[in-house]
Amino acid sequence: MLEVDTCCKEYRVGAFGGRALLAVRDVSFGVQPGEVVSLIGESGSGKSTIGRMILRLARVTRGTITFDGVDIAQLQGRRLKQYYGDVQGVFQDPFSSYNPIFKADRVFTMLRSEYFSGLGASEWDAKLENALDAVSLDPGAVLGKYPHQLSGGQLQRLLVARALLLDIRLLVADEIISMLDASTRIDVLNLLGDLKSRGLGILFITHDLSLGHYISDTTMILRRGRVVERGPTQVVFGNPLHPYTRTLLASVPKLHARWGDGNGGARRDDGEDAADGGPLVEVEDGHFVASLPPEPGT
Amino acid sequence: MLRVDGLAVYYQSLRGDVKAVDGATFEIADGEIMGLAGESGCGKSTLGKSLVRMDARMRYVGGSVELDGRTLPIWDDAKMNAFRFKEISIIPQYALSALNPTRKIGHMAEELLSSRDVHLDRVLPELRRRLDLVGLSESVLERFPIELSGGMKQRVVMVLSSLLDPSLLIADEVTSALDVSTQRAVSELLVEFRDRGFVKSMIVITHDLSFLYQIADTILVMYAGKLAEKAASDTIVDAPAHPYTRMLLSSLPEVGVRFAERRLTGIPGRPPSLLDPPGGCRFRARCPLAFDRCGEEPPFAEVAPVHSAACWKAAA
Repeated sequence: MLEVDTCCKEYRVGAFGGRALLAVRDVSFGVQPGEVVSLIGESGSGKSTIGRMILRLARVTRGTITFDGVDIAQLQGRRLKQYYGDVQGVFQDPFSSYNPIFKADRVFTMLRSEYFSGLGASEWDAKLENALDAVSLDPGAVLGKYPHQLSGGQLQRLLVARALLLDIRLLVADEIISMLDASTRIDVLNLLGDLKSRGLGILFITHDLSLGHYISDTTMILRRGRVVERGPTQVVFGNPLHPYTRTLLASVPKLHARWGDGNGGARRDDGEDAADGGPLVEVEDGHFVASLPPEPGT
Repeated sequence: MLRVDGLAVYYQSLRGDVKAVDGATFEIADGEIMGLAGESGCGKSTLGKSLVRMDARMRYVGGSVELDGRTLPIWDDAKMNAFRFKEISIIPQYALSALNPTRKIGHMAEELLSSRDVHLDRVLPELRRRLDLVGLSESVLERFPIELSGGMKQRVVMVLSSLLDPSLLIADEVTSALDVSTQRAVSELLVEFRDRGFVKSMIVITHDLSFLYQIADTILVMYAGKLAEKAASDTIVDAPAHPYTRMLLSSLPEVGVRFAERRLTGIPGRPPSLLDPPGGCRFRARCPLAFDRCGEEPPFAEVAPVHSAACWKAAA
């Protein structure tokens, strides 16, 4: 469905844009219907940039992104609008996704005037109820409320419902869990799991390995814009081969197992440019790892 | 040794008092790292901050705080100056932005120390030693905060806040803005500070229980302005007594648990408003074990040796 092919994103930095910063380097992957792909990386790894390029919020510098075989960079006008009927994004901070002056369900009425202007009131209401039901929200509890009257979890689910109204096929979920409280975040995560079983493809962008492991079929580990490891989630977590993946896994705080219990030492990363390895090499079925120089960097 | 007894701190708002900390009673022994956990808005940061400095909206309502046998005058901003930084110190929640961007680190340290009548030269060897311990070279003193990475800034703030060997150090969400690998390194340093005796005891405030399990000796769980449970971190994780702690733990995704195999569940509902909290147990409305007696407030009482919980069912 979605194919990202050797994508690069270069930002111009410095006072006159005189220096180039490669935020994303030669990233390739695909998302199929009913598949959850998680992009896991630390800050500055380029994970959000990839999501923004797919949503056409950032231009691709080199490489192509295709959806159903069509290069999305070429889309304009009616066809671009059609693309947004298939692909939508939900972002980290639910509070800043709403205009606090208006009621929260304005996101639905705006969508209606753009995409469903021909639809009758009763049909629209039924459709809306359906979408709210899919995200387990009670219409009476959320419609007609202002954003500040709703919890972060409710707001986030409203945004997912908005995306579902369009019968989208791909959802880009950028850190949608991290602002939510522990007792409610699992519900939003389970919601993604339910949507996946209805055939939705999801690109799940996160810094949290345990969330990625819980929900995704395929995992990609990013470091400084480069994919260092990619494969089926259980294989990547069960048999991590890149030293960076291993350090990450060893640093995740777990319940029932302490850091000291024989899983390596801590790494102090002060941003020194260690070797991340070269192009991806397939080491076992579907498991790709960046080939390492003779002496592993970290 | 810290002894907090019946501490209540409210926020003033136009619509009335927000009862953010409503009767907290607990102790921290020398050498103890206590984790203070809970969801946003449960009062954990308010509790931590009130021990150091009340901001303008916070109001001391009652209770006492005793540090090493001396009463802390937390209601008196001026009198607390004698204790701040020397006896009790805090690494604030936004430590990454706590550094003055217009001052070099060394200059800032000098100003900070002179506000406590300590000359930089007197502590400079110790400062150097500690910077070295956290993996920073002395040259950071000549640098501006903008030149340092997040993890480096966090370590600078840690070294500065604990430089005068306070008895109690409060670390408020110190690692939540850091990447996982840096988070581990920084938190292991917190433990090392305690082990080397730079600080006697520590309160580590965070929403992340699995992180506390790594470094804390004991964990105190708060819910809606009240203490819910305190015990050794192993006990909290392996044998929690309060239903809230249990449900919170079972909602945490861990590496090893997958949606397709085991679906975790959250806690239905949301915490009550602290403007006008309901009487009785505040977790009652979301608790599957709630019964008639929960209309009466359960005391925060010992359910086993060094294990306290505020729940009628936990005592049984």
